[in-house]
Amino acid sequence: MTAPPDDCLARNEWICGDYLSSRGQILTDAVLQHLRLTFLAVLIGLVLAVPLAVAARRWGWAAAPVLGLTTILYTIPSLAMFSLLLPVYGLSAALVVAGLVLYSLTLLVRNILAGLRAVPEETRQAARGMGYGPVRLLCAVELPLALPAAMAGLRIATVSAVSLVTIGAIVGHGGLGNLIYAGMNTYFKAQVLTASVLCVVIAVAADLVLLLIQRALTPWTRKGAA
Amino acid sequence: MNTLADTWDWLTTGANWAGDGGIGQRLAEHLYLTAVCLALSCLIALPVALVLGHLGRGGALAVNISNAGRAVPTFAVLVLLLLSPVGAYGSWPTVIALVLFAVPPLLTNAYVGMRGVDRDVVRAARGMGMTGTQTLVRVELPLAMPLIVTGLRIAAVQLVATATIAALAGGGGLGRVITAGFNLASTPQVVAGAVLVAALALVVEALFEAARRLAPRRGGSAA
Repeated sequence: MTAPPDDCLARNEWICGDYLSSRGQILTDAVLQHLRLTFLAVLIGLVLAVPLAVAARRWGWAAAPVLGLTTILYTIPSLAMFSLLLPVYGLSAALVVAGLVLYSLTLLVRNILAGLRAVPEETRQAARGMGYGPVRLLCAVELPLALPAAMAGLRIATVSAVSLVTIGAIVGHGGLGNLIYAGMNTYFKAQVLTASVLCVVIAVAADLVLLLIQRALTPWTRKGAA
Repeated sequence: MNTLADTWDWLTTGANWAGDGGIGQRLAEHLYLTAVCLALSCLIALPVALVLGHLGRGGALAVNISNAGRAVPTFAVLVLLLLSPVGAYGSWPTVIALVLFAVPPLLTNAYVGMRGVDRDVVRAARGMGMTGTQTLVRVELPLAMPLIVTGLRIAAVQLVATATIAALAGGGGLGRVITAGFNLASTPQVVAGAVLVAALALVVEALFEAARRLAPRRGGSAA
């Protein structure tokens, strides 16, 4: 019988290089799953939020129910949200994505609507005077001007989604959350710390990417400031 | 829908409410945990925010740091604390993780509220001979109150919701109803637990709304 290896894995240390080298594949898979779940949820949330916000802007009566409903959805705890959707989706990745979409809706609708409402009336009138139809006015004038507010909401929604994906571990689709959950049960310190740090890194990186996209999309906001 | 009927049956079964691990006990644990964490978060966040807001210094940094905290999953913090030496102290890991989660909205709202107080009003208070402390307590604090209460409300509702994750780490609260349901593969129980937590969160939200409407109107509009 050989003696058990005396490395940081055997000693169960928080920071362990051997963990990174021996479980690289597991970590990569978890990160990819985490990114996929976050990206899908935020993308679907955005696709749903834009028409909702535009509708709430266009028809005054639609604003109260849209905002009220999305706020109630946001109040439902994430663990409860995944559970409530369980009868619909079963134990699947779609369950986690659907739950996260409902969360991101609140932040996105609110911010896009705030952005649309902040478009000055004179600007809209000027565009109409130049012969812009309602669709062109929306796409070429209102939505671009609402971009800074919308992007602020998108950044918060994305960062929150990255952190909420971890709760998906309860149904086995939590990306890095799976590793945290498993590490908790087996008292595997290196795995928990590594996965947690990676979560934060993903959140910060996603925030930075969105910030850069925002700067690229809204060059006019920098002209005055610079 | 069958699940709905089964959930209703589960919720209306008296045996599920009573006794050890019943809904009654979990509800009490949940409320206790939320209240303790909210009180601790206020004790930490409000003095810092009020003083920084009063001085007008360092607040932006504090707000940015606390907003960055959003990127840290509460679940990860909870598990990290569980595995660290703190984990030996019962529910402290849960409490610390939840307090870290509740501090940002409290801090941000209180600071923004303090900075939003009209500078002319503050100068007028100074001119009347008020000391810094008097200005803070009698002028700035009352005027900042609407935003402070908004922060309190956000923190309270989010705490009710997030306290469920304590159950993932074996803690108490209504989350236990959900996790127990998952372990028993009992969808009605899982959904019932979810409904209970969601209802509690909405009740807390409604209480704050009622308090806001009943509160005596001070001068100036609560924007």
